[in-house]
Amino acid sequence: MKKSVFLGVVAATTMVAGAAAAQSTLEAVKARGELICGSNTGLTGFGAPDANGNWAGFDVDLCRAVAAAIFGDGTKVKFVPTTGETRFTALQSGEVDLLVRNSTWTVSRDSELALDFVAVNYYDGQGFMVKKDLGVSSAKELDGATVCIQTGTTTELNLADFFKQNNISYQPVTVADDSEAQRQYLAGACDAYTTDASGLAASRATMPDAENHVILPEIISKEPLGPVVRHGDSNWGDIVRWTYFALLIAEEKGITKANVNEVAGSTTDEEVKRLLGLADSGDLPAKLGLPNDAFKNAIAAVGNYGEIFAANIGEGTTINLARGLNALWTQGGLQYAPPFR
Amino acid sequence: MAVASDVPKESFRLSMLIYDTRYRSITIQIFVLLLFALFVSWLISNTISNLAIRGKEFNFGFLWSRAGYDIGQALIPYSNDSSHLTALFVGLVNTLVVALLGCVLATILGVIIGVLRLSKNWLVGRLMTVYVEMFRNVPLLLWILLSYVILSETTPQPRDFRVTDEMAAAGEAPAASMMLFDTVAVTNRGTNIPSPLFDVSLGSVDLGFMSVNLTILAYILVIAGSVWINRRILAAARARQEATGDRPVTWWKSLLVLFGPVIALSVGLGLHLEIPELKGFNFAGGILVAHSFTALLIALTLYTAAFIAEIVRAGIMAINRGQSEAAFALGLRPGRTMNLIILPQALRVIIPPLISQFLNLTKNTSLGIAVSYLDLRGTLGGITLNQTGRELECMLLMMLIYLTISLIISALMNLYNSSVQIKAR
Ligand SMILES: N[C@@H](CCC(=O)N[C@@H](CS)C(=O)NCC(=O)O)C(=O)O
Repeated sequence: MKKSVFLGVVAATTMVAGAAAAQSTLEAVKARGELICGSNTGLTGFGAPDANGNWAGFDVDLCRAVAAAIFGDGTKVKFVPTTGETRFTALQSGEVDLLVRNSTWTVSRDSELALDFVAVNYYDGQGFMVKKDLGVSSAKELDGATVCIQTGTTTELNLADFFKQNNISYQPVTVADDSEAQRQYLAGACDAYTTDASGLAASRATMPDAENHVILPEIISKEPLGPVVRHGDSNWGDIVRWTYFALLIAEEKGITKANVNEVAGSTTDEEVKRLLGLADSGDLPAKLGLPNDAFKNAIAAVGNYGEIFAANIGEGTTINLARGLNALWTQGGLQYAPPFR
Repeated sequence: MAVASDVPKESFRLSMLIYDTRYRSITIQIFVLLLFALFVSWLISNTISNLAIRGKEFNFGFLWSRAGYDIGQALIPYSNDSSHLTALFVGLVNTLVVALLGCVLATILGVIIGVLRLSKNWLVGRLMTVYVEMFRNVPLLLWILLSYVILSETTPQPRDFRVTDEMAAAGEAPAASMMLFDTVAVTNRGTNIPSPLFDVSLGSVDLGFMSVNLTILAYILVIAGSVWINRRILAAARARQEATGDRPVTWWKSLLVLFGPVIALSVGLGLHLEIPELKGFNFAGGILVAHSFTALLIALTLYTAAFIAEIVRAGIMAINRGQSEAAFALGLRPGRTMNLIILPQALRVIIPPLISQFLNLTKNTSLGIAVSYLDLRGTLGGITLNQTGRELECMLLMMLIYLTISLIISALMNLYNSSVQIKAR
């Protein structure tokens, strides 16, 4: 197994990179006829296949938006499940074109891993979940506890820092993915499960006895989660970034999945015209290498940022997350798109 | 005679490289070697240039930076402030511990099963056959997972051991209780066993990348010394027996030499046991043997023992029947015949394939990743690789380490092998 991993790494670095260097990611995606997007192994609300094998979720919708921008069709995506440990290798080796998987933007991932984080689609922080009957009300009371963590994550490092800073001890149990963590946690093999607060909420929503688990008030880190691309293909990074911004601008301007065509017919707003690629509004999307109506198609396929949030993880869904930091800047949140001009 | 001058003068033509059988094989070998070298250099240069495109250089400097993560089972001093190199050693020690214990236990179990499989007792023989076939023919990974699931799903949670005030008042017993005179607690996380504590500490010396505990060192030295002296005593007794025919009584000397110094050292250092105690979420004090370790060890032992049993059986069957018949004729009982006559001869047949079983077991420890056992694969090839993004360096280093361990095991076993071969006297 070790050997095959090694050969895989060598082969991947040698061959795929050779191919990728010769051809831009956009060309490769177009030639293939579909986008390959790295997703979760299954985190309801963010990225998980449903009973029919159709992927759905907050992160998945961003992939669909990019596919719609390129092909005018949000279904031309193949999703590849990745774990915390395999995701960046999958991206670097060219197995996926784009990674949207609750991944935190950090300086070492930008530099040492040679990745490019192009946006932040969810501002998050790390939290803890415990069983209610444990009687714990603060993470600082977790001295001596056994804690489940996913390996290959920032979570792992934050956890060590947090316990050291508070002079308390813990016993780590490292697991590969969310479902394994959930199994261990539910079986009582660990007292607490720690990961991004959004991930905890999503994980709890799928537990049979969700009401018996509490997420502790402490948020111990900043976890800006966002889409990632390989270092070195700036145009591809721009495409993903501006597709995401297009969804934000759409929310700001009140453009929805339902009314996008109507707005395109009646709008007098110059920025909206440029965004939707209407006639006489220049050809900004084309400058990115996309069809002029790329962003109109993206919005038509998945809706604006607010719609995506509300449908997958927002209040009223089982995951029930408030917009909080992820409200638009106009509503006191951090989500802010640069001007489309 | 003109015949000799008729032989055409030997002149070398290039076509002879292919058509002349004397040269052909050399030509082919050189050609293949060149191709292979070309392939390897293509791989290397391609890797280097692609790493350069990716902005990554080949560099082991990351080993000296702060690791930042915690490891559940660290047998040498380690904290998240230690370096990745120390984490590597923690993983290496974890690998070696399971490998060593696994080899010892698998050998013991394997020999017993191999011998019993040849038993004249029909039931015992068949049972051993069932054992061998069952463990040999199901993948090791499944045995590891099964052991882990059994250990963690059938055992109580730590809080089941708790006696609350109400329960004490009502005279109720907790749902679970400790074993072996209240010294051992098995929970769904691991086995808590007492740990030795010393009133007097000898301290430790720091070697830079790891520190060596002087107390453990003292024990190792004392035990090694005792064993050495004991061997001298036995050798002296044997010399006397060969010279005079009567063997002096040595058992009390051996006992004294083997146990006296260790006991004296323990008393001197104030050895006592620290019993694990339920505190908060978990048992505190004592040593926690995590189920990941136990499950891995059990599965490796049972699985490899099945193969060793077959090797032992083959080794015994390779010994001529005449040997045991002769031993019986001399009046030796079956047990002694086995121990004195058959097994020593069978060892010669057994050891070479046994070496590969030891190597297999050692490499198979890397499957511990399935139950989150942080061995070399889990630290260097897992978390370190992931957090630093140094796939190539970590993989190469890991392969090199496994290779070194395997070569050392082979070398040691080959030494042992040559010591049991028939010697010309
Ligand atoms: N944001 C952290 C943690 C990411 C992470 O592993 N998240 C978990 C829970 S939010 C997850 O997506 N698990 C789903 C899975 O294992 O497929 C990082 O980037 O390192």
